Amino acid sequence: MNQDQIREEVKDIISTIAPDEDLSVMTNSGIIREEVDLDSMDFLDIIMELRKRHKIEVPETDYKFFATLDGCAEYLEPKMTQIKA
Amino acid sequence: MALKERIVITGVGLTAPNGNNLKEFRHALLNNISGVVKHETRHMGEVLAGVCDFDEMKYQKRKERRRGTRAGSISIYCGNEALADAGISLENCDADHPLRKEIGIYIGITEHGNVETENEVWNVGQFDNDVKFWSHHHNPRTVANNPAGELSLNTGIIGPHMTVGAACAAGNYALITAAQNLMLGDVKIALAGGVSESIHTFGIFASFNSQGALAKLSEEQPDPTKASRPFDKDRSGIVCSEGGCIYVLETLSHAQERGAKIYGELVGYGVNTDSTDFVLPNSDRQAQCMRMALDKADLTPADIDIVNAHATGTPLGDEQEAKAIHTVFGDFPNVRINATKGFIGHCMGAAGALELAGNLPAFEDNLIHPSMNFNEFDDKCKFAGLVSGEAEKRESINTIANMSSGMLGINTVLIVKKYEN
Repeated sequence: MNQDQIREEVKDIISTIAPDEDLSVMTNSGIIREEVDLDSMDFLDIIMELRKRHKIEVPETDYKFFATLDGCAEYLEPKMTQIKA
Repeated sequence: MALKERIVITGVGLTAPNGNNLKEFRHALLNNISGVVKHETRHMGEVLAGVCDFDEMKYQKRKERRRGTRAGSISIYCGNEALADAGISLENCDADHPLRKEIGIYIGITEHGNVETENEVWNVGQFDNDVKFWSHHHNPRTVANNPAGELSLNTGIIGPHMTVGAACAAGNYALITAAQNLMLGDVKIALAGGVSESIHTFGIFASFNSQGALAKLSEEQPDPTKASRPFDKDRSGIVCSEGGCIYVLETLSHAQERGAKIYGELVGYGVNTDSTDFVLPNSDRQAQCMRMALDKADLTPADIDIVNAHATGTPLGDEQEAKAIHTVFGDFPNVRINATKGFIGHCMGAAGALELAGNLPAFEDNLIHPSMNFNEFDDKCKFAGLVSGEAEKRESINTIANMSSGMLGINTVLIVKKYEN
Protein backbone atom coordinates (compact mmCIF):
# COMPACT_ATOMS: atom_id res chain seq x y z
CA MET A 1 0.00 0.00 0.00
CA ASN A 2 1.12 3.52 -0.71
CA GLN A 3 0.34 6.49 1.51
CA ASP A 4 -2.92 7.34 -0.31
CA GLN A 5 -4.12 3.77 0.08
CA ILE A 6 -3.12 3.73 3.75
CA ARG A 7 -5.13 6.91 4.39
CA GLU A 8 -8.16 5.24 2.77
CA GLU A 9 -7.59 2.10 4.81
CA VAL A 10 -7.48 4.10 8.08
CA LYS A 11 -10.65 5.94 7.05
CA ASP A 12 -12.30 2.62 6.30
CA ILE A 13 -11.38 1.38 9.78
CA ILE A 14 -12.75 4.58 11.33
CA SER A 15 -15.98 4.14 9.38
CA THR A 16 -16.56 0.81 11.13
CA ILE A 17 -15.70 2.25 14.53
CA ALA A 18 -17.75 5.42 14.19
CA PRO A 19 -20.48 4.48 11.69
CA ASP A 20 -22.59 7.55 12.47
CA GLU A 21 -19.83 10.04 11.61
CA ASP A 22 -19.54 11.96 8.36
CA LEU A 23 -15.99 11.11 7.25
CA SER A 24 -16.12 13.42 4.25
CA VAL A 25 -15.05 16.23 6.61
CA MET A 26 -11.71 14.54 7.26
CA THR A 27 -8.60 16.17 5.84
CA ASN A 28 -5.14 14.66 5.49
CA SER A 29 -3.51 17.09 7.91
CA GLY A 30 -6.40 17.77 10.30
CA ILE A 31 -6.44 16.36 13.83
CA ILE A 32 -8.58 13.24 13.52
CA ARG A 33 -10.16 13.51 16.98
CA GLU A 34 -11.18 17.10 16.26
CA GLU A 35 -12.70 16.26 12.88
CA VAL A 36 -14.69 13.22 13.97
CA ASP A 37 -16.09 12.23 17.34
CA LEU A 38 -13.56 9.64 18.52
CA ASP A 39 -12.46 8.97 22.10
CA SER A 40 -9.57 6.99 23.55
CA MET A 41 -11.48 3.68 23.35
CA ASP A 42 -12.18 4.33 19.67
CA PHE A 43 -8.50 5.04 19.12
CA LEU A 44 -7.66 1.67 20.67
CA ASP A 45 -10.15 0.13 18.23
CA ILE A 46 -8.09 1.55 15.35
CA ILE A 47 -4.94 -0.09 16.74
CA MET A 48 -6.82 -3.37 17.29
CA GLU A 49 -8.23 -3.33 13.76
CA LEU A 50 -4.76 -2.77 12.24
CA ARG A 51 -3.59 -5.77 14.26
CA LYS A 52 -6.50 -7.92 13.09
CA ARG A 53 -6.47 -6.87 9.43
CA HIS A 54 -2.75 -6.54 8.79
CA LYS A 55 -0.89 -8.07 11.77
CA ILE A 56 0.61 -4.65 12.51
CA GLU A 57 1.75 -3.91 16.05
CA VAL A 58 1.81 -0.32 17.22
CA PRO A 59 3.61 0.22 20.54
CA GLU A 60 2.00 2.71 22.91
CA THR A 61 4.96 5.08 22.48
CA ASP A 62 4.04 5.44 18.80
CA TYR A 63 0.37 6.36 19.29
CA LYS A 64 1.36 10.01 18.80
CA PHE A 65 1.88 9.40 15.08
CA PHE A 66 -1.83 8.67 14.68
CA ALA A 67 -3.03 12.23 15.32
CA THR A 68 -3.60 12.94 11.59
CA LEU A 69 -4.21 10.86 8.46
CA ASP A 70 -0.86 12.07 7.10
CA GLY A 71 0.83 10.95 10.34
CA CYS A 72 -0.83 7.54 10.05
CA ALA A 73 0.28 7.17 6.43
CA GLU A 74 3.88 8.15 7.11
CA TYR A 75 4.16 5.89 10.13
CA LEU A 76 2.43 2.88 8.58
CA GLU A 77 3.97 3.03 5.08
CA PRO A 78 7.13 1.04 5.92
CA LYS A 79 5.00 -1.53 7.76
CA MET A 80 2.46 -1.85 4.92
CA THR A 81 4.61 -1.69 1.80
CA GLN A 82 4.21 -5.39 1.16
CA ILE A 83 0.45 -5.34 1.73
CA LYS A 84 -1.72 -5.19 -1.39
CA ALA A 85 -4.55 -2.69 -1.39
CA MET B 1 -48.61 -3.70 57.29
CA ALA B 2 -49.13 -1.49 54.25
CA LEU B 3 -46.17 0.06 52.40
CA LYS B 4 -44.86 3.29 53.93
CA GLU B 5 -45.62 5.22 50.75
CA ARG B 6 -48.09 4.57 47.94
CA ILE B 7 -46.02 3.51 44.91
CA VAL B 8 -47.59 3.67 41.46
CA ILE B 9 -46.71 2.60 37.93
CA THR B 10 -46.90 5.49 35.48
CA GLY B 11 -45.05 4.25 32.41
CA VAL B 12 -44.26 0.97 30.63
CA GLY B 13 -41.64 0.20 27.99
CA LEU B 14 -41.08 -3.32 26.79
CA THR B 15 -39.85 -5.65 24.13
CA ALA B 16 -41.05 -9.24 24.15
CA PRO B 17 -40.63 -11.98 21.57
CA ASN B 18 -44.23 -11.30 20.49
CA GLY B 19 -44.51 -7.52 20.82
CA ASN B 20 -42.51 -4.32 21.12
CA ASN B 21 -44.89 -2.31 23.26
CA LEU B 22 -47.63 -3.00 25.78
CA LYS B 23 -50.44 -2.83 23.22
CA GLU B 24 -48.79 -5.35 20.87
CA PHE B 25 -47.81 -7.63 23.75
CA ARG B 26 -51.31 -7.61 25.24
CA HIS B 27 -52.84 -8.30 21.82
CA ALA B 28 -50.55 -11.31 21.38
CA LEU B 29 -51.42 -12.69 24.82
CA LEU B 30 -55.16 -12.33 24.25
CA ASN B 31 -54.94 -13.95 20.83
CA ASN B 32 -52.59 -16.87 21.47
CA ILE B 33 -49.73 -15.44 19.40
CA SER B 34 -46.38 -17.02 20.22
CA GLY B 35 -42.92 -15.48 19.91
CA VAL B 36 -40.97 -18.74 20.01
CA VAL B 37 -38.94 -19.63 16.91
CA LYS B 38 -36.01 -21.78 15.81
CA HIS B 39 -32.78 -19.91 16.50
CA GLU B 40 -29.18 -20.61 15.47
CA THR B 41 -26.60 -20.39 18.22
CA ARG B 42 -22.86 -21.03 18.32
CA HIS B 43 -21.84 -24.67 18.92
CA MET B 44 -25.44 -25.74 19.63
CA GLY B 45 -26.85 -25.19 16.12
CA GLU B 46 -30.62 -24.87 16.05
CA VAL B 47 -32.34 -24.28 19.37
CA LEU B 48 -35.73 -22.88 20.36
CA ALA B 49 -35.85 -19.31 21.61
CA GLY B 50 -37.98 -16.24 22.02
CA VAL B 51 -36.33 -13.57 19.85
CA CYS B 52 -37.15 -9.84 19.96
CA ASP B 53 -37.24 -7.62 16.87
CA PHE B 54 -37.41 -4.11 18.35
CA ASP B 55 -35.64 -1.26 16.54
CA GLU B 56 -32.26 -0.90 18.26
CA MET B 57 -31.63 2.36 16.45
CA LYS B 58 -34.80 4.07 17.72
CA TYR B 59 -32.91 5.52 20.68
CA GLN B 60 -29.26 4.54 20.05
CA LYS B 61 -26.55 5.54 17.64
CA ARG B 62 -24.75 2.77 15.77
CA LYS B 63 -21.47 3.55 17.54
CA GLU B 64 -23.15 3.30 20.94
CA ARG B 65 -24.66 -0.05 19.97
CA ARG B 66 -21.34 -1.35 18.62
CA ARG B 67 -19.56 -0.50 21.85
CA GLY B 68 -22.28 -1.79 24.17
CA THR B 69 -24.20 -4.99 24.73
CA ARG B 70 -27.51 -6.44 23.61
CA ALA B 71 -28.72 -6.20 27.22
CA GLY B 72 -27.73 -2.54 27.27
CA SER B 73 -29.58 -2.00 24.02
CA ILE B 74 -32.71 -3.67 25.41
CA SER B 75 -32.46 -1.44 28.50
CA ILE B 76 -32.09 1.66 26.38
CA TYR B 77 -35.09 0.81 24.23
CA CYS B 78 -37.35 -0.13 27.15
CA GLY B 79 -36.19 2.72 29.38
CA ASN B 80 -36.79 5.38 26.74
CA GLU B 81 -40.17 3.87 25.84
CA ALA B 82 -41.15 3.91 29.53
CA LEU B 83 -40.12 7.55 29.97
CA ALA B 84 -42.03 8.56 26.84
CA ASP B 85 -45.08 6.60 27.99
CA ALA B 86 -44.93 8.36 31.37
CA GLY B 87 -44.68 11.76 29.69
CA ILE B 88 -41.21 12.42 31.09
CA SER B 89 -38.80 14.17 28.73
CA LEU B 90 -35.15 14.92 29.46
CA GLU B 91 -34.63 16.57 26.10
CA ASN B 92 -34.49 20.15 27.34
CA CYS B 93 -32.74 19.39 30.63
CA ASP B 94 -29.08 20.38 30.86
CA ALA B 95 -26.52 17.92 32.24
CA ASP B 96 -27.10 18.96 35.88
CA HIS B 97 -30.85 19.52 35.70
CA PRO B 98 -32.55 18.39 38.95
CA LEU B 99 -34.76 15.92 37.06
CA ARG B 100 -31.70 13.99 35.90
CA LYS B 101 -30.60 13.61 39.54
CA GLU B 102 -34.01 12.52 40.79
CA ILE B 103 -34.27 9.42 38.60
CA GLY B 104 -32.79 6.07 39.66
CA ILE B 105 -32.28 3.03 37.42
CA TYR B 106 -32.88 -0.52 38.76
CA ILE B 107 -32.53 -3.33 36.24
CA GLY B 108 -32.93 -7.01 37.06
CA ILE B 109 -30.60 -9.51 35.40
CA THR B 110 -30.41 -13.26 35.64
CA GLU B 111 -26.82 -13.13 34.43
CA HIS B 112 -24.72 -10.67 32.50
CA GLY B 113 -21.40 -11.04 30.70
CA ASN B 114 -21.69 -14.57 29.40
CA VAL B 115 -22.49 -13.35 25.89
CA GLU B 116 -19.60 -10.92 25.74
CA THR B 117 -17.10 -13.36 27.28
CA GLU B 118 -18.07 -16.14 24.90
CA ASN B 119 -17.67 -13.71 22.01
CA GLU B 120 -14.16 -12.74 23.14
CA VAL B 121 -13.10 -16.35 23.70
CA TRP B 122 -14.32 -17.15 20.20
CA ASN B 123 -12.60 -14.03 18.84
CA VAL B 124 -9.16 -14.83 20.27
CA GLY B 125 -9.67 -18.39 19.04
CA GLN B 126 -9.50 -16.95 15.52
CA PHE B 127 -6.01 -15.64 16.37
CA ASP B 128 -4.40 -18.71 17.96
CA ASN B 129 -5.66 -17.62 21.39
CA ASP B 130 -3.36 -14.61 21.35
CA VAL B 131 -4.80 -12.40 24.09
CA LYS B 132 -3.57 -9.27 22.31
CA PHE B 133 -6.79 -9.65 20.32
CA TRP B 134 -8.99 -9.61 23.44
CA SER B 135 -11.11 -6.45 23.22
CA HIS B 136 -10.56 -3.47 25.50
CA HIS B 137 -14.37 -3.19 25.49
CA HIS B 138 -14.73 -6.48 27.36
CA ASN B 139 -14.61 -5.06 30.89
CA PRO B 140 -17.15 -2.24 30.47
CA ARG B 141 -19.38 -4.66 28.55
CA THR B 142 -19.29 -7.29 31.28
CA VAL B 143 -19.37 -5.38 34.56
CA ALA B 144 -22.52 -6.37 36.38
CA ASN B 145 -24.04 -2.89 36.21
CA ASN B 146 -23.68 -2.70 32.41
CA PRO B 147 -27.36 -2.86 31.36
CA ALA B 148 -28.31 -0.13 33.86
CA GLY B 149 -25.18 1.92 33.18
CA GLU B 150 -25.76 1.93 29.42
CA LEU B 151 -29.26 3.33 30.01
CA SER B 152 -27.75 6.03 32.20
CA LEU B 153 -25.17 6.93 29.52
CA ASN B 154 -27.83 7.04 26.85
CA THR B 155 -30.33 9.18 28.74
CA GLY B 156 -28.00 11.34 30.81
CA ILE B 157 -29.69 10.24 34.04
CA ILE B 158 -27.31 10.95 36.92
CA GLY B 159 -29.20 9.45 39.86
CA PRO B 160 -28.16 6.01 41.13
CA HIS B 161 -28.03 3.09 38.71
CA MET B 162 -27.71 -0.57 39.53
CA THR B 163 -28.52 -4.03 38.35
CA VAL B 164 -30.22 -6.48 40.66
CA GLY B 165 -28.93 -10.03 40.39
CA ALA B 166 -31.62 -12.43 41.52
CA ALA B 167 -31.61 -15.17 38.89
CA CYS B 168 -35.00 -15.36 37.19
CA ALA B 169 -36.71 -13.45 40.00
CA ALA B 170 -34.58 -10.40 39.15
CA GLY B 171 -37.24 -8.44 37.24
CA ASN B 172 -39.58 -8.56 40.23
CA TYR B 173 -36.76 -7.92 42.67
CA ALA B 174 -35.62 -4.81 40.80
CA LEU B 175 -39.15 -3.41 41.10
CA ILE B 176 -39.07 -4.13 44.83
CA THR B 177 -35.66 -2.47 45.18
CA ALA B 178 -36.89 0.56 43.27
CA ALA B 179 -39.99 0.82 45.47
CA GLN B 180 -37.78 0.65 48.56
CA ASN B 181 -35.55 3.44 47.23
CA LEU B 182 -38.63 5.55 46.46
CA MET B 183 -39.96 4.97 49.98
CA LEU B 184 -36.59 5.98 51.43
CA GLY B 185 -36.81 9.19 49.44
CA ASP B 186 -33.50 8.52 47.71
CA VAL B 187 -35.07 9.06 44.29
CA LYS B 188 -38.31 10.63 43.08
CA ILE B 189 -38.70 8.54 39.94
CA ALA B 190 -37.46 5.01 39.29
CA LEU B 191 -36.87 3.25 36.00
CA ALA B 192 -37.17 -0.36 37.08
CA GLY B 193 -37.65 -3.76 35.53
CA GLY B 194 -35.54 -6.45 33.95
CA VAL B 195 -33.68 -7.40 30.79
CA SER B 196 -32.20 -10.52 29.25
CA GLU B 197 -29.78 -11.10 26.38
CA SER B 198 -29.27 -14.74 27.33
CA ILE B 199 -30.19 -16.29 23.98
CA HIS B 200 -26.94 -14.91 22.58
CA THR B 201 -24.84 -17.20 24.77
CA PHE B 202 -24.70 -20.86 23.83
CA GLY B 203 -23.71 -21.67 27.42
CA ILE B 204 -27.20 -21.02 28.78
CA PHE B 205 -28.72 -23.47 26.30
CA ALA B 206 -25.92 -26.00 26.76
CA SER B 207 -26.22 -25.93 30.55
CA PHE B 208 -30.01 -26.33 30.54
CA ASN B 209 -29.53 -29.11 27.98
CA SER B 210 -27.03 -30.93 30.19
CA GLN B 211 -29.42 -30.49 33.09
CA GLY B 212 -32.19 -32.11 31.03
CA ALA B 213 -34.26 -28.94 31.40
CA LEU B 214 -34.29 -27.60 27.82
CA ALA B 215 -37.48 -27.84 25.77
CA LYS B 216 -37.04 -29.76 22.54
CA LEU B 217 -39.00 -30.58 19.44
CA SER B 218 -39.85 -34.15 18.46
CA GLU B 219 -41.38 -35.97 15.51
CA GLU B 220 -44.70 -35.92 17.35
CA GLN B 221 -44.34 -32.24 18.28
CA PRO B 222 -42.35 -30.32 15.62
CA ASP B 223 -43.89 -26.87 16.22
CA PRO B 224 -41.65 -24.30 18.03
CA THR B 225 -44.71 -22.32 19.12
CA LYS B 226 -45.95 -25.31 21.12
CA ALA B 227 -42.65 -26.11 22.84
CA SER B 228 -43.10 -24.02 26.01
CA ARG B 229 -45.94 -25.69 27.95
CA PRO B 230 -46.28 -24.41 31.53
CA PHE B 231 -48.19 -26.82 33.80
CA ASP B 232 -49.15 -29.10 30.89
CA LYS B 233 -48.61 -32.84 31.33
CA ASP B 234 -46.47 -32.86 28.16
CA ARG B 235 -44.17 -30.04 29.31
CA SER B 236 -40.56 -30.85 28.48
CA GLY B 237 -38.51 -27.89 29.70
CA ILE B 238 -37.52 -24.28 29.29
CA VAL B 239 -37.47 -22.22 26.10
CA CYS B 240 -34.85 -19.49 26.65
CA SER B 241 -35.80 -16.03 25.49
CA GLU B 242 -34.55 -12.49 25.38
CA GLY B 243 -36.60 -9.45 26.29
CA GLY B 244 -36.99 -6.49 28.54
CA CYS B 245 -39.56 -4.54 30.46
CA ILE B 246 -38.94 -1.30 32.33
CA TYR B 247 -41.52 0.67 34.30
CA VAL B 248 -41.62 4.19 35.56
CA LEU B 249 -42.41 3.99 39.27
CA GLU B 250 -43.01 6.96 41.52
CA THR B 251 -44.76 7.84 44.74
CA LEU B 252 -48.44 8.57 44.34
CA SER B 253 -47.98 12.15 45.51
CA HIS B 254 -45.25 12.74 42.91
CA ALA B 255 -47.36 11.18 40.17
CA GLN B 256 -50.39 13.27 41.16
CA GLU B 257 -48.31 16.42 41.31
CA ARG B 258 -47.36 16.07 37.66
CA GLY B 259 -50.75 14.71 36.57
CA ALA B 260 -49.42 11.33 35.46
CA LYS B 261 -51.52 8.52 34.04
CA ILE B 262 -51.52 5.64 36.58
CA TYR B 263 -51.47 2.00 35.45
CA GLY B 264 -51.65 0.45 38.91
CA GLU B 265 -50.38 0.59 42.46
CA LEU B 266 -47.74 -1.67 43.96
CA VAL B 267 -49.35 -2.51 47.30
CA GLY B 268 -47.24 -5.41 48.54
CA TYR B 269 -44.29 -7.64 47.92
CA GLY B 270 -42.55 -10.64 49.35
CA VAL B 271 -38.98 -11.88 49.04
CA ASN B 272 -37.50 -14.98 50.63
CA THR B 273 -35.02 -17.78 50.00
CA ASP B 274 -35.45 -21.57 49.86
CA SER B 275 -31.99 -22.46 51.12
CA THR B 276 -32.57 -26.02 49.92
CA ASP B 277 -31.21 -26.58 46.40
CA PHE B 278 -29.20 -24.95 43.62
CA VAL B 279 -31.93 -25.34 41.00
CA LEU B 280 -35.08 -26.97 42.34
CA PRO B 281 -37.65 -24.65 43.89
CA ASN B 282 -39.22 -25.33 47.27
CA SER B 283 -43.02 -25.10 47.34
CA ASP B 284 -43.18 -24.40 51.08
CA ARG B 285 -40.94 -21.36 50.73
CA GLN B 286 -42.82 -20.18 47.63
CA ALA B 287 -46.09 -20.39 49.60
CA GLN B 288 -44.48 -18.45 52.46
CA CYS B 289 -43.38 -15.78 50.01
CA MET B 290 -46.92 -15.43 48.64
CA ARG B 291 -48.30 -15.03 52.16
CA MET B 292 -45.59 -12.52 53.01
CA ALA B 293 -46.68 -10.38 50.05
CA LEU B 294 -50.36 -10.70 50.97
CA ASP B 295 -49.60 -9.64 54.56
CA LYS B 296 -47.63 -6.63 53.39
CA ALA B 297 -50.54 -5.64 51.16
CA ASP B 298 -53.11 -6.21 53.94
CA LEU B 299 -54.93 -8.64 51.67
CA THR B 300 -56.13 -12.24 51.88
CA PRO B 301 -55.88 -14.84 49.08
CA ALA B 302 -59.56 -14.27 48.32
CA ASP B 303 -58.77 -10.66 47.39
CA ILE B 304 -56.54 -11.71 44.47
CA ASP B 305 -58.09 -11.85 41.01
CA ILE B 306 -55.08 -13.04 38.97
CA VAL B 307 -52.02 -14.97 40.07
CA ASN B 308 -49.37 -14.96 37.37
CA ALA B 309 -47.24 -18.04 37.92
CA HIS B 310 -43.51 -18.23 37.20
CA ALA B 311 -44.10 -21.63 35.52
CA THR B 312 -41.08 -22.27 33.33
CA GLY B 313 -42.43 -25.48 31.82
CA THR B 314 -39.98 -27.84 33.50
CA PRO B 315 -41.50 -31.03 34.94
CA LEU B 316 -40.20 -30.57 38.50
CA GLY B 317 -40.28 -26.76 38.74
CA ASP B 318 -43.94 -26.52 37.73
CA GLU B 319 -44.82 -29.34 40.11
CA GLN B 320 -43.38 -27.43 43.09
CA GLU B 321 -45.05 -24.18 42.10
CA ALA B 322 -48.40 -25.91 41.55
CA LYS B 323 -48.21 -27.17 45.15
CA ALA B 324 -47.50 -23.66 46.43
CA ILE B 325 -50.39 -22.17 44.44
CA HIS B 326 -52.76 -24.89 45.66
CA THR B 327 -51.63 -24.37 49.27
CA VAL B 328 -52.26 -20.63 49.28
CA PHE B 329 -55.10 -20.16 46.81
CA GLY B 330 -56.69 -23.64 46.60
CA ASP B 331 -59.63 -22.76 48.88
CA PHE B 332 -60.60 -19.65 46.95
CA PRO B 333 -62.49 -20.51 43.73
CA ASN B 334 -62.64 -16.89 42.56
CA VAL B 335 -58.84 -16.74 42.06
CA ARG B 336 -57.59 -17.27 38.52
CA ILE B 337 -54.08 -18.37 37.59
CA ASN B 338 -52.26 -17.71 34.33
CA ALA B 339 -48.75 -18.28 33.00
CA THR B 340 -47.02 -16.31 30.27
CA LYS B 341 -44.07 -18.47 29.25
CA GLY B 342 -46.16 -20.60 26.88
CA PHE B 343 -46.26 -17.53 24.61
CA ILE B 344 -42.77 -16.11 24.96
CA GLY B 345 -40.59 -18.71 26.66
CA HIS B 346 -38.50 -17.72 29.65
CA CYS B 347 -37.21 -14.16 29.40
CA MET B 348 -34.97 -14.74 32.42
CA GLY B 349 -34.13 -11.42 34.12
CA ALA B 350 -37.00 -9.75 32.28
CA ALA B 351 -39.54 -12.46 33.07
CA GLY B 352 -41.18 -11.05 36.20
CA ALA B 353 -41.48 -7.51 34.88
CA LEU B 354 -42.70 -8.59 31.43
CA GLU B 355 -45.24 -11.04 32.80
CA LEU B 356 -46.68 -8.38 35.10
CA ALA B 357 -47.02 -6.09 32.08
CA GLY B 358 -48.93 -8.82 30.25
CA ASN B 359 -51.62 -8.71 32.94
CA LEU B 360 -51.59 -4.99 33.75
CA PRO B 361 -54.14 -4.00 31.07
CA ALA B 362 -56.64 -6.36 32.77
CA PHE B 363 -57.47 -3.45 35.12
CA GLU B 364 -58.96 -1.73 32.07
CA ASP B 365 -60.31 -4.51 29.86
CA ASN B 366 -61.24 -7.01 32.63
CA LEU B 367 -59.78 -9.88 30.62
CA ILE B 368 -57.49 -12.60 31.97
CA HIS B 369 -55.15 -13.81 29.27
CA PRO B 370 -54.90 -17.58 28.89
CA SER B 371 -51.91 -19.83 29.49
CA MET B 372 -50.79 -20.90 26.04
CA ASN B 373 -50.12 -24.58 25.26
CA PHE B 374 -51.90 -25.97 28.28
CA ASN B 375 -54.16 -28.95 27.64
CA GLU B 376 -54.14 -31.12 30.73
CA PHE B 377 -52.59 -31.40 34.21
CA ASP B 378 -50.77 -34.49 35.38
CA ASP B 379 -51.36 -36.05 38.79
CA LYS B 380 -48.44 -34.27 40.45
CA CYS B 381 -49.06 -30.84 38.99
CA LYS B 382 -52.61 -29.73 39.58
CA PHE B 383 -54.58 -26.81 41.02
CA ALA B 384 -57.86 -25.01 40.42
CA GLY B 385 -58.42 -21.81 38.47
CA LEU B 386 -55.90 -22.02 35.58
CA VAL B 387 -57.08 -19.97 32.60
CA SER B 388 -56.27 -21.67 29.30
CA GLY B 389 -57.52 -21.79 25.73
CA GLU B 390 -59.30 -18.43 25.56
CA ALA B 391 -59.12 -15.27 27.65
CA GLU B 392 -61.63 -15.11 30.50
CA LYS B 393 -63.80 -12.02 30.96
CA ARG B 394 -64.56 -10.92 34.52
CA GLU B 395 -66.88 -8.23 35.79
CA SER B 396 -63.91 -6.45 37.28
CA ILE B 397 -60.25 -7.15 37.93
CA ASN B 398 -58.68 -5.30 40.81
CA THR B 399 -55.63 -7.25 42.05
CA ILE B 400 -52.73 -9.12 40.45
CA ALA B 401 -50.14 -11.25 42.26
CA ASN B 402 -47.02 -11.76 40.15
CA MET B 403 -44.67 -14.60 41.10
CA SER B 404 -41.06 -15.11 40.07
CA SER B 405 -38.52 -17.55 41.40
CA GLY B 406 -34.96 -18.32 40.43
CA MET B 407 -31.93 -20.52 40.88
CA LEU B 408 -30.30 -20.71 44.29
CA GLY B 409 -33.79 -20.50 45.74
CA ILE B 410 -34.81 -16.86 45.40
CA ASN B 411 -38.58 -16.18 45.48
CA THR B 412 -40.42 -12.91 44.85
CA VAL B 413 -44.07 -11.92 44.71
CA LEU B 414 -45.44 -8.53 43.72
CA ILE B 415 -49.01 -7.47 44.38
CA VAL B 416 -50.38 -4.74 42.16
CA LYS B 417 -53.83 -3.21 42.55
CA LYS B 418 -56.01 -1.21 40.26
CA TYR B 419 -55.46 2.40 41.20
CA GLU B 420 -58.14 4.00 43.37
CA ASN B 421 -57.68 7.47 44.72
